[in-house]
Amino acid sequence: MAPATKALYKQVFPVKSDLESAGKVSTEVRRILRSLGVEPEVVRRAGIVCFEGEMNIALYTKGGRIILIVRDDRVELLFSDRGPGIADIDLVKQPGYSTAPDWARELGFGAGMGIPNMEANSDRFAMYSRVGVGTVIRATIFRRCHETCGGNRAPGT
Amino acid sequence: MKLAEVIERLGLEVLVPGDLGRRVRWGFCSDLLSDVLAHAQEGDLWITHQRHLNVVAVAKLKGVAGVVCVRGLHPSQEVLAKARKEGVTVLASAEDAFEVAGKLYGLLSP
Ligand SMILES: Nc1ncnc2c1ncn2[C@@H]1O[C@H](COP(=O)(O)OP(=O)(O)OP(=O)(O)O)[C@@H](O)[C@H]1O
Ligand SMILES: [Mg+2]
Repeated sequence: MAPATKALYKQVFPVKSDLESAGKVSTEVRRILRSLGVEPEVVRRAGIVCFEGEMNIALYTKGGRIILIVRDDRVELLFSDRGPGIADIDLVKQPGYSTAPDWARELGFGAGMGIPNMEANSDRFAMYSRVGVGTVIRATIFRRCHETCGGNRAPGT
Repeated sequence: MKLAEVIERLGLEVLVPGDLGRRVRWGFCSDLLSDVLAHAQEGDLWITHQRHLNVVAVAKLKGVAGVVCVRGLHPSQEVLAKARKEGVTVLASAEDAFEVAGKLYGLLSP
């Protein structure tokens, strides 16, 4: 992995275990990224990754937090929650897999596309989970147009 | 075609104007938020039955030209206020999704 450059900006956002305020963090993250002059395409992708991760914490967990780190060459989003954890990571990564309850499906959740969307909009995507403890997701988006961007990243991935 | 012209030709009600000068690329019909995030394109007019707060968030994330609430379903004042704040166009039609999508297709297809 390429050595990470110094963080230009870092913020921690708590996420509650309900849909009441869900969506707020992704709106705020987009606002911050725009104000830092991050490339629009990177803001767009980070917004989608953040929204999906935020909704999953709100819908499926006891709560957690999202950490936004902006660097010269990349934007990182770290999601962590207090459980229940995920037994089979490969399964939840499959498009269409969902355990969303009926009430959430009525609100338009449960396509089973959230985690695939997070992966598709990230350049690097890693999930770690322990059942009964919680889940951690690290999503990295490279700032392609930036001069310090590069390293070991394959183009178009 | 400009959003203002689409609105006129389809007889849509404007709940929140946003940018009516925007070009409408195409339409997208879905009630599944992640499906919209995965497959809708910037500039699409999003036809849906959903009308809660996250619709505004998703519309903003994808940069759709606007949201069309069909079958007479209107979002709450809270949702409209958020749309106003975010500059998201919200439209309404008494017709069902099939009719609205059909007319839009007729209007936009080459
Ligand atoms: N943080 C989490 N902790 C525990 N389980 C999770 C977590 N995130 C996702 N899951 C599980 O993984 C499944 C798939 O998640 P994904 O976001 O891909 O789809 P979804 O949330 O079901 O539907 P969509 O995101 O399309 O509305 C969920 O239904 C849930 O069972
Ligand atoms: Mg999800």
